[in-house]
Amino acid sequence: MSESDATIERLTREEYRYGFVTDIEQDTVPPGLSEEVVRLISAKKKEPEWLLEWRLKAYARFCELLADEADPTWAMVDYPKINYQDIIYYSAPKSIKELGSLDEVDPELLSTYKKLGISLEEQKRISGVKVAVDAVFDSVSVATTYKDELEKQGILFCSFSEAVHKYPDLVKRYLGSVVPYSDNFFACLNSAVFTDGSFAYIPKGVRCPMELSTYFRINAAGTGQFERTLIVAEEGAYVSYLEGCTAPMRDENQLHAAVVELVALDDAEIKYSTVQNWYPGDKDGKGGIYNFVTKRGACRGKRSKISWTQVETGSAITWKYPSCLLLGEGSIGEFYSVALTNNYQQADTGTKMIHIGKNTRSTIISKGIAAGHGQQSYRGLVRMGPKAHGARNYSQCDSLLLGDRCGAHTFPYLEVKNDSATVEHEATTSKIGEDQLFYCRQRGLSEEDAISMIVNGFCKEVLRELPMEFAVEAQNLLGISLEGSVG
Amino acid sequence: MTTPLLELRDVHANAGETPILKGVNLTLHAGEVHALMGPNGSGKSTLASVLCGRPSFSVTSGEILFEGKDLLALQPEIRAREGIFMAFQYPVEIPGVPNNHFLRTALNAIRRHQGQPEVDAFDFLALCREKMAQVEMPEDLMKRSINEGFSGGEKKRNEVLQMLLLEPKLAVLDETDSGLDIDALRCVAEGVNSLRSPERGMLVITHYQRLLDSIIPDVVHVLSDGRIVRSGDRSLALELEEKGYGWLEEAAGAAPA
Repeated sequence: MSESDATIERLTREEYRYGFVTDIEQDTVPPGLSEEVVRLISAKKKEPEWLLEWRLKAYARFCELLADEADPTWAMVDYPKINYQDIIYYSAPKSIKELGSLDEVDPELLSTYKKLGISLEEQKRISGVKVAVDAVFDSVSVATTYKDELEKQGILFCSFSEAVHKYPDLVKRYLGSVVPYSDNFFACLNSAVFTDGSFAYIPKGVRCPMELSTYFRINAAGTGQFERTLIVAEEGAYVSYLEGCTAPMRDENQLHAAVVELVALDDAEIKYSTVQNWYPGDKDGKGGIYNFVTKRGACRGKRSKISWTQVETGSAITWKYPSCLLLGEGSIGEFYSVALTNNYQQADTGTKMIHIGKNTRSTIISKGIAAGHGQQSYRGLVRMGPKAHGARNYSQCDSLLLGDRCGAHTFPYLEVKNDSATVEHEATTSKIGEDQLFYCRQRGLSEEDAISMIVNGFCKEVLRELPMEFAVEAQNLLGISLEGSVG
Repeated sequence: MTTPLLELRDVHANAGETPILKGVNLTLHAGEVHALMGPNGSGKSTLASVLCGRPSFSVTSGEILFEGKDLLALQPEIRAREGIFMAFQYPVEIPGVPNNHFLRTALNAIRRHQGQPEVDAFDFLALCREKMAQVEMPEDLMKRSINEGFSGGEKKRNEVLQMLLLEPKLAVLDETDSGLDIDALRCVAEGVNSLRSPERGMLVITHYQRLLDSIIPDVVHVLSDGRIVRSGDRSLALELEEKGYGWLEEAAGAAPA
């Protein structure tokens, strides 16, 4: 092992900083999946009949898929078969009353979020920027800030459960319209048992004055987290939304199977950023979250735009392909991704850009960093439909390897059914250079700082897409996630 | 007798597994500029690499003292913070890392180590502007990624700029003159000369006498097959220019001066 390998080793061994458990009384359903559990979840949420029916259809379909052993095996990730009867599908802090105001939030929960660096108080963050937060704790949303202020402009931002009660027409119209309940194995499971999530609706012509964000926290042992997020931007609306995720350190794996649906109408723009820092497991690959997520946005309107930015540093396994359906003429889809796998983490992530309308455009920038025994795959589909005249795509996939026990793979899929469409794809794989490291060290930088700097430089095109204050967080996270990795 | 700034005592070193240096002795005092010349493959760059602790180069015997301290016991970054600077022959490109961010981080790492207060972004900018004017470097190069898309001359100017900013006690210039046009060469020489001071030493590695017309050395060493085969004053460089290295290599067995 060379000297720089030793530092990579040291760097990647840094402990996970959000691994604590909140001791709070939970209302928990016994483990196992059945029609009763689906009905129980729906009943706990006092849901209307149509939603229960939708769940039951999803549950029936999931049973079929399960019986057919139709769980996806095409991804380059390796894990033992999940027993869906071992998972707890609902767990919520007992102190949560329905739709309570911020003053009623359990102090224990407030302090949990404080420890995570999330303020649930409606005051300006240190940076002076207001951010509205929906905090999802295990199966339920515990608080949403700035609701009233946003509502003055007609912006609806609340937990999914609340939206079901307050804005049933909107939910009914858009739920499952981008990701149908039968879309794929994990989306199907989610549709049956989802418990909460966030809902945002930006009315015509309104530019959302602050960042909206949801902070997901898994706390209870043995539970899965199945949340659904739905964001609708009406004509000419704009919204920037950010989600963050953490979980306690546990020896067993926990499943997180979320669904996110975005809808952008004429001239609307949705910018969706993710900083995913679920517990990645320990240095020997024990424990960690299985992050099996379906995210898709529909650019329904002309000149609409959906931009996905993700920084994926956590989770034992990531299976995730935020995608864009480019329906409206001249609509734009973007995917900017940094995925980092260290120790025994595995990530199979990428995007789908489905060009249907004329003159649609998409950009894919993917940066994969693998260290330790980490395995990293970019998997992306660019489809130019027969009517996508003049459509264009540009894809760039770069991988950076730290050490010699990790791997990076690229699986680009191109389907072009229109002669006037253009597709460009560039891919590179490089090893972090001994020469680069030495150059930095010769100028007085420690090897840790040098690696962090080189990796951040490598990811720059993606990081600059993040909202300012989160970009700093993401940069630090990359540094921390690599601690113990040079060797 | 004062403690030398740098002292090499019978240094043997390998590049990878290959023995390159075969017993180098050299003493450099603060205030002196030494030139190290020699044919290709004689070990000049290996010597520079060994001084800075480049991985994959190893000292197999002998010792190197910097201000009387055992240099070989120190990590490369500690050597840098102690005041050893190398201007690289082939400066690397680091995509996405702005030059100014890199340089300020480096400067502050060194200042922290030496117990000096860190320099904030404003003071750093002012300092940078001053030094950039000195090496005639356009300001936009500071915002660009380290050496990315820089011309050969810009990369070398950037090395000299870094040297001016970091104000090392010992500067090692590894063929900084190679591949430079006349203007860039003049800039490099002026930069180096402006740093000459009684507290500072320099080791200038070069193939050509040309650079030594502008940077007048106090001592000239000739390295051949891993040993210093001749040391002398400036006139030695002129003699080499005239006669080439052949006559010295034939006398390689002779005792060094």
